[in-house]
Amino acid sequence: MPNTSFSPSIESRPTYAGLVPQGSAPSIMIADAEGAEAIMDLAERDAAVLDQAHLIYIPKGAKFGSKLAELGAKGYHEEASLDAAMTLINRLLGSAHMGTQLYLAGSEGMMGRVSALALSLGLPLDAIQMEHRGSIGRPMQCVHCKGVTQDVTTDPFTCSHCGLTLFVRDHFSRRLGVFQAVCVDAETPGVVPEIQEITA
Amino acid sequence: MSKQMMLEVTEVEPLTPLVTRFRFEHPEKAPLPIFSGGAHVVVEMPDGEMLRRNAYSLISDPNDASGYEIAVRREETGRGGSRYMHSEVTPGTRMRISVPTNLFALDPRARKHVLIAGGIGITPFLSHLRQLDLLQQPFELHYAARSRDEAAGLKLLPKSARIHVQISDEGNRMDLGEILTGQPIGTHVYVCGPEGLISAVLDVAARHGWPKGALHSEAFASPPPGKPFTVTLAKSGRTIEVSASQSLLEALEAAKVEIDWSCRGGACGRCETKVAACDGQIEHNDHWLSRDERAEQKKIMPCMSRFTGAALVLDL
Repeated sequence: MPNTSFSPSIESRPTYAGLVPQGSAPSIMIADAEGAEAIMDLAERDAAVLDQAHLIYIPKGAKFGSKLAELGAKGYHEEASLDAAMTLINRLLGSAHMGTQLYLAGSEGMMGRVSALALSLGLPLDAIQMEHRGSIGRPMQCVHCKGVTQDVTTDPFTCSHCGLTLFVRDHFSRRLGVFQAVCVDAETPGVVPEIQEITA
Repeated sequence: MSKQMMLEVTEVEPLTPLVTRFRFEHPEKAPLPIFSGGAHVVVEMPDGEMLRRNAYSLISDPNDASGYEIAVRREETGRGGSRYMHSEVTPGTRMRISVPTNLFALDPRARKHVLIAGGIGITPFLSHLRQLDLLQQPFELHYAARSRDEAAGLKLLPKSARIHVQISDEGNRMDLGEILTGQPIGTHVYVCGPEGLISAVLDVAARHGWPKGALHSEAFASPPPGKPFTVTLAKSGRTIEVSASQSLLEALEAAKVEIDWSCRGGACGRCETKVAACDGQIEHNDHWLSRDERAEQKKIMPCMSRFTGAALVLDL
C-alpha cells in the first residue's frame, strides 16, 4: 500500500510527499501501525539511511515489529502508545543537531503531534519528511472545549471530551498538529446530518 | 517605490580607510519609524545628471527612533554611488531616504541564530545583534574580512565570546564545516557578504543535511556596471540607451518611465518586468527569478540585470 493521496482540499489540509532517503545521516524515524511499511520501503531504496538512525515504532496492533527490528537501525525502540513514546521522542529531538533527518510514517495523529513538537523546537517544516500509511482516522480538536479526539473516522462525530456533535473540517493547525472540528448543530440543536465514513 | 523622508546627515565618521559611517536625523528632530534587525533603506543621490538610489543596511539600534545609521564601503570600481557618499556627503547634507524595508529579518521561530558575515556584509548583523540582545536569544556571529581596513565592524561590535573575527590577511580563515556541525535543533543560519561566501555557506549546509528553511541569505548586491545596451518599449515604441555605469532601472527612471521597485538589489521582486521579445542574452544578476525563468528570457529584473545582443523589447 503506497503513500495515501488525499483528494484536493483547502491549502491548510496537509499532504504528505512521501519519504526520500537522505543517505547515511543522523536521523530519527518514527512510525506507527502500517507506517512500518514506509520505513521498510525506505530502507530497501537505501539501506544506509539506517546507519545512524533511531527508529521508534508504535505497533497499534500491527505485526511489523520483528521485521522493523531486523532492519538494523542503530537504535530500535518499540513503544506501547504514542503517549508512552513521547518521552523518548522529546529527548531524541531535543538533543538533535541541525542536519539530523526526521522521517515520520503512518497516521495523521502521530505525524501531526511529532511535527508540531519539531516545529516548536524551531525546525522548519521542510526538514520534516512524512508519508501517510494505514488508517485515515484523523486527530480532531474540538474548537469549543479544546479536547482532542484521536483516530476520528466518521463525520460528524462525538467529541470524546465534551460530548458535542462535531463536523470534521480540513482546517489543520500546524502548531497543534490537529484538525479543527466545530459543532454541527449549534444553530439547530439536535438536527444532525447523517453520519458518514470519512474518505481520503 | 517606498515612502521617502528628507533627512539630514548629522555624523560622518570614517570607520576604516575604506568604510565610513553616516548618521541621518530628521531636520526637526522628529522621531523616525523604528524598524527590525536586517532592514535597509534606499538613499537617493543626485549625482550630476543622474539620480542614483542605493540600498544600505541600517546598522543602528532598531528601536532607536532618533536617527538611522549606515556604513558605506568605498568601491573604486563601482558605478559611483559609494564614491558620491564618500566625497560629496558631509554633516548638514540633506538627502532623501526611503522608509526601512526588511528582506533579511531574523526568523522568530528559531531557537538559536548563527550569523555569518563577509567584509561589508557585517552591516545588517549590527542591527540584528541589537535585536538579539533585546530578545535575549542565543546567537553566534562569525565575521570574516580580508584585512582590518575592510573590517569596519570591528569598531562597532561589542566585545563578546559569541563574536568570532577572522582576518584572512592575518592567516585566519572561517571554517564553515565546523560552524555548521553540531548546532542544536532549531538553529537558523544567516549569511551576508560576497556571492562566494553565500554559495559556500549554502553548499556546506546542504552537505551537512541542513533544511533550506533554516538558511537565510542576503547578497550585497548593487547593479554591476557592464557594456552599454539599448532597449525598446513595446507600448510606446521608444528606445532607451543604458550606459555602462547605469542600471536598466536607472535608465528607465531617467527616461521618466515609471516602474515599481523596492530593494534595487535583485531580491524583492518588485521591479519584475515582462520581456516582449529578446534576440540575444539577458545577463540575469538577480536572486529573484528561478533557473527556469532565467532560461526562458521572458522576464527581467531591471534593477540588476543587463543585456547583450541584437534587440531587447520590454512589455512597457
